[in-house]
Amino acid sequence: MPERAEKDSQIKLPPELLDLFTGVDDLELEDVDIEVDELEFAYQSGFLPAIKRMVAAKSRPKSLLDAPFALPIQKYPGQIVEVTIGATKSQGGTRGSSITIGGEKSPAFYTFENPTPNSPIISLDVFDQKVPIPKAVRTNFNDAMEDPISWAKFAVDKFGAQMITLHLVSIDPLNPKPSTPAEAAKTVEDILQAVDVPLVVGGCGDPQKDLAVFEKVTAAAEGERLLISTVTLDMDIEKSAKLIKKYGHVALAFSPMDLNQARELNRRLLEYLPKEQIIMDTTTAALGYGLDYAYTIMERARLAGLMGDPELQQPMSSGTTNAWAAREAWQKMDPQWGARELRGPLWEAVTGLTLLLAGVDLFMMLHPAAVRTLRNTAQRLAEKRGTADAAKVADWVSAKF
Amino acid sequence: MSGKETKGGMKQLSPIDIYTLLPKTNCKECGEDNCMAFATKVVNREVSIDQCPPLLTKKFEKNYLKLKDMLKPAVKEVTVGADATSIKVGGKLVMYRHEFTYFNPTAIAIDVTDEMPDEELSERLKKTQDFSYVYIGNELKLQMVAVRSTSDDAEKFKASVKKVAELTKLPLILCSNDSSVMEAGLMAIPKARPLIYAATKDNWKEMAELALMYNCPLAVSAPNDLDLLRSMVKTMKEYGIDDLVLDPGTFTGAGLGDTINNFTMLRRAACEMGDEMVGYPLIGTPITAWTEPAKSPTVNAWTEAQVASMLVTRFADILIMHGTEGWALLPLTVLRQNIYTDPRKPVAVKPGLRIIGTPDENSPVLMTSNFALTYYTVEQDIESTGKPAYLIVVDSEGTAIDSGVAGRKLTAETVADAIKESKVEEKVKHRKVIIPGKAARISGEIEELSNWEVLVGPQDSSGIAKFLQDKWK
Repeated sequence: MPERAEKDSQIKLPPELLDLFTGVDDLELEDVDIEVDELEFAYQSGFLPAIKRMVAAKSRPKSLLDAPFALPIQKYPGQIVEVTIGATKSQGGTRGSSITIGGEKSPAFYTFENPTPNSPIISLDVFDQKVPIPKAVRTNFNDAMEDPISWAKFAVDKFGAQMITLHLVSIDPLNPKPSTPAEAAKTVEDILQAVDVPLVVGGCGDPQKDLAVFEKVTAAAEGERLLISTVTLDMDIEKSAKLIKKYGHVALAFSPMDLNQARELNRRLLEYLPKEQIIMDTTTAALGYGLDYAYTIMERARLAGLMGDPELQQPMSSGTTNAWAAREAWQKMDPQWGARELRGPLWEAVTGLTLLLAGVDLFMMLHPAAVRTLRNTAQRLAEKRGTADAAKVADWVSAKF
Repeated sequence: MSGKETKGGMKQLSPIDIYTLLPKTNCKECGEDNCMAFATKVVNREVSIDQCPPLLTKKFEKNYLKLKDMLKPAVKEVTVGADATSIKVGGKLVMYRHEFTYFNPTAIAIDVTDEMPDEELSERLKKTQDFSYVYIGNELKLQMVAVRSTSDDAEKFKASVKKVAELTKLPLILCSNDSSVMEAGLMAIPKARPLIYAATKDNWKEMAELALMYNCPLAVSAPNDLDLLRSMVKTMKEYGIDDLVLDPGTFTGAGLGDTINNFTMLRRAACEMGDEMVGYPLIGTPITAWTEPAKSPTVNAWTEAQVASMLVTRFADILIMHGTEGWALLPLTVLRQNIYTDPRKPVAVKPGLRIIGTPDENSPVLMTSNFALTYYTVEQDIESTGKPAYLIVVDSEGTAIDSGVAGRKLTAETVADAIKESKVEEKVKHRKVIIPGKAARISGEIEELSNWEVLVGPQDSSGIAKFLQDKWK
């Protein structure tokens, strides 16, 4: 996470950015009709410059030759698994809704082949203790970031979060006073009380401590179908998987940008867990700092899954918040690069949009404007084909704006 | 992906396929040791067959033409502009970037209009030309200027195009749906080979004539109508026009899904189905975001950048944009750089000792991982402090600091070994090494194993300058 910025900037995001596409915008463009002087532009042959014809026409069709386009459809032997996060009362939990992701039969948004079965979902980050958060993000939450409960509530009430990711960073053994598994489980229960959206629970990255915490958390939230983030190859996989199965949750299998490790981890989890309880994360690197590798690994994983590789057919999740590791996202730069209050969220949004096109089903994100952009774009891309209105772009060449 | 072998795709080509058609004399005139080595480079697109002099003789004409056809990219490479300032677009061999390198990064054009006040016009041109950001050793730039006729007045357009051509050497896109306005623009720069935008269902005959007369590449536009688009391509080819650019329309609001689908379908048909009729560069126009009413230009600029970024990923070879804000163009140009990096290139740089400036026995010793992006960033940050230093590059198997530490690829052992192998102890009097803040977890162990004092540096290497100032002696 970036260090805290030196000086506060005065720039505020236009409210529409946080509200992109939502309301009906009734402002009209300035009058775009232009008075065209009578075009007395009759060509007299003498006016034409003396230019040699460089290329001779082969022939001059009088009307358009007919050559319709054939949809380039392919068949895929594999399909991505559908996974549901969160359980409602009737499903054995207390969530107001549950969310299903995955199920794709084609690469991301190839709607000319198959519809998108489930629109990708954005989960908003909440941390259980103070962490350095870029100023551009903090200003949107006011004081709500003071404690995880008010943060989670704010994310749901103000920004309409469909899901919350609670990062239990306070448990890290490197902290002066790391919180105990029991304390962490209590925080999870409090969040479940405070909001009724499905919940992702994340550890601190220490394999032993995370497992100790997950042991308490999975039991305390039995039946809630939490997404447990993350299970890694250096953890006790059997124990993690059995806990997740026993208490009815979902595993997030994390591998460090390596398809073979992703396969191995899925393979080992599948020994203990049904495939409907595994989501995979092959690592997100920030735009400019390895996004190309992250993108290609995810795209390859998705294509391999569709081509029938059973170890890569889990829906994919991305820690898109990692975008803020890029200094261009949070640093004050020379004025020509604009306000970081805009550059930062766009950095996160572009990181997410790129991975959306690689096939990511679940995004864990931070900045409300980036979240909204991803959510709206995912919904638009998941729509049926045929919403484009050609008349809308017919005049852009001569439009004034 | 289907494994289907397509003409022009690189999948089925092996060095042997090329070799059998070469003169096989091992004459070394190309600079390679033998014809097989040359053939390997040809398959990897590192050299062109034109660099084999004997192949260009009459005797090998048939083989040459055969090779040309075999090596033809699925997406035609089209040149816009004339002479030294021209730009190549398209030339793609594959659909997915892991299959092979994407050639010719998406060219970004910024628009000006024929009704812009002079001052605004020259300011926008200057901004476009001067755009520059150095990112891991590469300069990110903008490539083109699009001149739009908003006046629909031929004389006005002609004057503007002339002025623009005087002020910039960047290749141009002339935009008007009116062929007489277009002709006036072309008359202003008869030899410059701008891209003509665009032939539509209403003006295609006239635009075709202009493309022939002025020997220009021609954009064919059929928003959300691929049947019409392909029909127009066929018609233009019949005319003898083969430098085409395809515009399936860019819808930034409703219809965004159609837009992404259209670009994807065209590229797949070209790369994987062997449909030569759509094997041309694709042009996207995120600028259409500005036709949507919005309360603030920031929203239009944001939407434009967002859609542009998706089209960089989904196959656009040219983009026309209106916004010139750095906050929007920086992420976009960095993304383009990312998508167009060579996936065959190793992620890692060579481990070992790097000497920055002319350090002496009191200069600081820093350490980083051999992940290329980390390394270049750190190196640049140390260089910008203006202070000489030693930098030990540890073999972290090409992982970044945090993931290297988490994944046990960057360990106290590897760091201690690297310090020893670097022989930096022969170069400095002190025994202090500065490690990245993200490797703080292993600082104690490094001290134990290396007997060097460890200073934990900043979380981000941009803090190195301040760190050296405060903490180094």
